[in-house]
Amino acid sequence: MNSSANTTTVAPEGFNLFIYRVKKKFTGPDPYLTVAGVFLWLFTYWVLCEGLEIWRFTKLPGPVAISKDWFSTTPFQGISIFTAEYYDHISVSCQRILIAFGIATGLGVPLGLFMGWSRSIRDYLFPVIELLRPIPILAWVPLSILLLPGFEGPVIFLATLASFFVTTLNAMLGVDSIDEEYFRAAGCLGSSRWDVFKNVVVPGALPFIFTGLQISIGVAWFSLVAAEMVSGDLGLGYLIVDAYMNNVTVPMVIAMITLGFIGYFSSACVRALGDKLMGWHVKELAQQGR
Amino acid sequence: MAKNTSKTEKKGALSIKNVTKIYDPTGVNVMAVDNCSMEIAAGEVCMIVGPSGCGKTTLLNAIAGFHSITEGSIHLDGELLCGPERPKAEQSAERMVVFQHGALFPWKTLQENVAYGPTVQKALSPSQAMEKGGQMLAEAGLGNFIKKFPGEVSSGMARRAEIVRALINNPKVLLLDEPYRAMDALTKQIMHESLLETYDRTGVTIFFITHDLEEAIFLGDKVHIVTTRPCQLKKTVEVKIPRPRSYETQSSEKFRKLLVEVNDAVHEEAVKAFKAGEREMA
Amino acid sequence: MMNYLQALFSNTTTRRGFGAIIIFLFIWHIGSQLDEWTGYDLLGIGLVPPPVDVFTAFLGVMPKTGYWMSWVASFSRVITGFLVAMLVGIPFGLLLAVNRYFRGVFFPPFEILRPIPPLAWVPASLIFWPTNEMSIAFVTFLGAFFTIVINVLGGARNIDISYLRAAQSMGASQFDLFWKIVLPGTLPSIFTGAAVGMGITWEVVLAAEMISGGGTQGGGGLGFFIWSSYMGGSLEQIIVGMISIGIAGYLSSSAIRKIGFHFMPWRRLF
Repeated sequence: MNSSANTTTVAPEGFNLFIYRVKKKFTGPDPYLTVAGVFLWLFTYWVLCEGLEIWRFTKLPGPVAISKDWFSTTPFQGISIFTAEYYDHISVSCQRILIAFGIATGLGVPLGLFMGWSRSIRDYLFPVIELLRPIPILAWVPLSILLLPGFEGPVIFLATLASFFVTTLNAMLGVDSIDEEYFRAAGCLGSSRWDVFKNVVVPGALPFIFTGLQISIGVAWFSLVAAEMVSGDLGLGYLIVDAYMNNVTVPMVIAMITLGFIGYFSSACVRALGDKLMGWHVKELAQQGR
Repeated sequence: MAKNTSKTEKKGALSIKNVTKIYDPTGVNVMAVDNCSMEIAAGEVCMIVGPSGCGKTTLLNAIAGFHSITEGSIHLDGELLCGPERPKAEQSAERMVVFQHGALFPWKTLQENVAYGPTVQKALSPSQAMEKGGQMLAEAGLGNFIKKFPGEVSSGMARRAEIVRALINNPKVLLLDEPYRAMDALTKQIMHESLLETYDRTGVTIFFITHDLEEAIFLGDKVHIVTTRPCQLKKTVEVKIPRPRSYETQSSEKFRKLLVEVNDAVHEEAVKAFKAGEREMA
Repeated sequence: MMNYLQALFSNTTTRRGFGAIIIFLFIWHIGSQLDEWTGYDLLGIGLVPPPVDVFTAFLGVMPKTGYWMSWVASFSRVITGFLVAMLVGIPFGLLLAVNRYFRGVFFPPFEILRPIPPLAWVPASLIFWPTNEMSIAFVTFLGAFFTIVINVLGGARNIDISYLRAAQSMGASQFDLFWKIVLPGTLPSIFTGAAVGMGITWEVVLAAEMISGGGTQGGGGLGFFIWSSYMGGSLEQIIVGMISIGIAGYLSSSAIRKIGFHFMPWRRLF
């Protein structure tokens, strides 16, 4: 509709469009500022730790020491991209997150949807959830270690619990956010209660559900790291504590940065999945210029 | 096919008798509709005009079966929809509502939206429903947009699609609640022509709520002017302008005269409503 | 009083809510006795003490000063970390929002550090800071800081441009724009961020108290209360600790809501 006004200029398509966008991006100051910012930050860090060796910064590994070890085939302090151990820790943590996030999503989304959909289900379940929710996840640590067997049990339980509350509440709020008129429209078009659930409740709550899932995967990582630090035999959280106990600082920082990357990547995956499932919502936001 | 059947035997006569609706949400009784009666013949375009917040939508919701009435009765083709012993009408596909803010499901394409009704009523198989939906959208001039989501088309197109979504179910009555409220005058004009064209084709009974007096006269067979809250019938103006009507009708002498007549009746109520609003705010 | 109770229980939702909580306690009781009654123990649930025992244990710790000292210790840590995070985070977030160059330089490193879970900082900060207390304070600060900054930035950038234009057309200076439009316009997001940040602060304080075994320096705090109950093997006290922290967290977030309501009278629904 909009393009009819300027039919003379040909809009770039395909590969040309991509080139056009890249060019456009690099005409502004933003990408240069980003590079400058990251460089400035690394430089300050280097000056403090390795350049001038100021105060207690000497106790921390500087960027040079970290990158030397991280990319070395024979790491000084035991962990690099060439050691199998590094990937063991990563894969263990990722598996735990996948299990915990999967359970929490599988239970939380349906439960939240049903709570939003049916007055009586909400009346009975919501007070209990609200009673348990203010207890910080980490306060569950000792109890779960005592009750659940092995190392895996408590770690996965804590990550699941954290993610479950967030997911459930967001799914419920998602149903609340649906405009009453969609329910009325569905009713007068002759829907059964089940039709309404499938065609109005589920898709209408999706934007909130995915916002919730993005928060939920972040919270899952948060709790997982905490649980691994307290009780664990493998995993990135354990790697951090283990390095601390053994007085080696480089693996500790490597684990922190790795956690940052994986955490970012996992929430980007959730976002991408959400955008794929909600084409209508993305287009609607684009139309509103957001 | 649909044309012939609906032309020969018109259905959808609404009779609203002494309807009263009292809301009691916080212990304070609010009377939204008070002893309101009107007769709407089958295949008539009935326009309801009145000040904002006067209870017109309450009346529409009661006919649609969204909520109960306190007293009185509403019949459709002699059949009781709601009344003293059955305070709330059952929702069914014979009464279709087009909402104030538009209620096409944003997560379904226009075609899926239109096909929704017949599919859930199991009147048609999903693929048949999609096909018929596509056809009807094309008839309404939306053939190029059937795969678009409501968020991607203009509000005018969305509104036309919503009317198609209602009509695919062959309703007896179409209930419209200020459907063209937020549109500019030019778009409105096109919407009116499209609605009239649809009406001429299907002959469905239309119950249409509006604030716009010109719209009321241009579209309607009868214009019912209702009072400020509680909603009562104040005056009925019959519009004896022959169909089909076009935009030229609006500049005719007859049209002007009717407009003055309606305006006189409405203005008085609007002033009352405004004063009442001031008192409530104070 | 009776009338009030009657009115309360005439509401279906309240009635069901109380019913649900009673059922929950009942299931808890049955679960805790399951082992004794049937000899079958699901996931060690038989270890959980019944609600009555927990209640007695609660009454037992109530008169002890040590218990209340942990409240004071935890609260003072939470409040310190949280206030510093607010004091640094709000100006930082606003600067990111109003100045393009500042955002260009400082936002990317911020975004790189943000996904690192706050607790992963604990060992590094234990190494860096001279005292335990300082490292706990630092991690607490970090936990709340990232959330607050992100919320402030988002809120300030989402202010309707027409408000700014309206103010400019009435002759507002840059200074006025900031104090009269940008800051009040950001308040709702500041309080949203504060509420979330408060939750994270509690988590972090708890974890730091448990990991560093806060007993050696300074008062133990509620996290240490739970941890020492765990070490002492008293399940009743662990649950008492959990409930106490739940109450403490709830009190802090409702305090934020109250303050938010006070500062934003135009927002009835916060």
